[in-house]
Amino acid sequence: MNIYVCIKQVPDTEASILVKDGRSINEANVKWIVSPYDEYAIEEALKLKEKLPGSKVTAVCLGPDRAQNALRTALAMGADAAVHIECAALLDAHNTARALAHVIGADREFGVIFLGRQAIDDDASQVHLLLAGELSLPAATNVLAFACDGQKVRIEREIGEGAREVIEMAVPCVVAAAKGLNTPRYASMMGIMKAKKIEIRKVPLAETGADEARNLVRLLKLSSPAEKPQGRVIPGEPAAVVQELVKRLREEAKVL
Amino acid sequence: MANIGLYIELKDGTFKKSNRELLSLARKGGHAVHAVVFCADVQPYLGEMQGVQSVVQVSGADLAYQPERYARTLARVIDEFKLEAFLGIYSAQGKDLFPRLAALLKAGLVSDCLAVDLEKRQAVKPVYSGKLLAEYQVEGERALFTVRPNVIPVEPAAGGTPQVRTMALDGGEPKARIVEIIQSASQKVDLTEAEIIVSGGRAMKARENFAVLEDLAQVLNAGVGASRAAVDAGFATSDMQVGQTGKVVNPKLYIACGISGAIQHFVGMKTSKVIVAVNKDPEAPIFKKADYGIVGDLFTIVPLLKEEIKKTLG
Repeated sequence: MNIYVCIKQVPDTEASILVKDGRSINEANVKWIVSPYDEYAIEEALKLKEKLPGSKVTAVCLGPDRAQNALRTALAMGADAAVHIECAALLDAHNTARALAHVIGADREFGVIFLGRQAIDDDASQVHLLLAGELSLPAATNVLAFACDGQKVRIEREIGEGAREVIEMAVPCVVAAAKGLNTPRYASMMGIMKAKKIEIRKVPLAETGADEARNLVRLLKLSSPAEKPQGRVIPGEPAAVVQELVKRLREEAKVL
Repeated sequence: MANIGLYIELKDGTFKKSNRELLSLARKGGHAVHAVVFCADVQPYLGEMQGVQSVVQVSGADLAYQPERYARTLARVIDEFKLEAFLGIYSAQGKDLFPRLAALLKAGLVSDCLAVDLEKRQAVKPVYSGKLLAEYQVEGERALFTVRPNVIPVEPAAGGTPQVRTMALDGGEPKARIVEIIQSASQKVDLTEAEIIVSGGRAMKARENFAVLEDLAQVLNAGVGASRAAVDAGFATSDMQVGQTGKVVNPKLYIACGISGAIQHFVGMKTSKVIVAVNKDPEAPIFKKADYGIVGDLFTIVPLLKEEIKKTLG
């Protein structure tokens, strides 16, 4: 099976994010990583490849030049090929899905397409389902369990309150990973060496039909939210402290 | 004035409280509001929807949630009623349904909104897990928005009784079919919509110790959450994780027990109205972010807190 995994490069979860000029962030000192949910997607793609002999995993990433590092990570983990959609512009989810659909749709034999359930930068949580729309594919998001026999897919997804939906669909399809689906592997030294030798295929954005001018959702402004004033520690012995806390929660904060 | 549509979410037949937030938002500004409800009989819910122009009752032989059918039906409602903006809750279902609707309509969607200007079709949403806020403009014929629960102030329903119209559920065969719902053994409170959350961190030391938090949660009718450290250590399941790679929550009261307060966790709960921190370490960064702090052992404090609340709430 020709398995695809779409990944995004984002700032590290621990990074402080500051606004630069109202519409972009200050990238100085930002460490870039593969978006955590996309790591689960990569791992599940590799597991599927191991289960179905003769399969191949292709990682696709849209972004500026630095996005190639995210693809190197996917290759080092075990992906066989990588496609970089070269894009310095700020695309909305529809445009991103359009570009990914163009690259993946060109392969007449694509099978399961994995993505993370959301990228932890814009937190839009849309591209996976829009990609499914572009390619007219069945899709499931927030996936915690995945099984595939090559033709059919059965997934479980979290729907809140501890409940899970079980969904069945045919290949090809789109699967968006949640935390808990698997434990992503670390790249081995051999994997890292091998990844360096694989050539990343570059696709100019203009070839894909995606275009910033077609954005349906346009970013107007980024800002830092107001910080909460610092709180107070209630001093005293445990029993007295707890009594005081409950009193303040009722009378001052009015949340009990 | 514009034609505004709302997707009203029912949970096992009950009217979700976040629907009131959508209704409160849409009633402002004198728009013509159309609320869409998938149910066999909309009468029991009409009281909640006073003041909207019409309620569209979607009926069918099998109304069980199938996202493709729901999305196609909503797309038809939006077309027929010429709705210029359509809103839903950023719930588990909203996250699944609205991007599908955006794909069908080729419409722009802003998800997880904290504020929506229906006139200008602009919305504010948290990005980088709430480290920043982004303001977006939706272009095109129609705009879609999902709104974060517990954000919009609820105003009581007022105004005339809506006109009820009916629409048939799309009968097409879904390509991805929900074949089963597995309920959890314990009825957990949904963290993303919970009013109160009690959370544990690395200091919980073991999975079974979460019983201490569950006892407190039961008294408060609260959800139980966990930090990434607690999940990664195997003390809690990943569906309990609050933080950048877990759930973003927005309760009125968040009680963090034995959580140091790493930015990863903080960004997932910082919009809570009131944050209480219980931690042995007086230097824990969580105290800088909490409204109320208690320096002490959670295994001493939490049971005392449970008893005190039980006493107070009677």
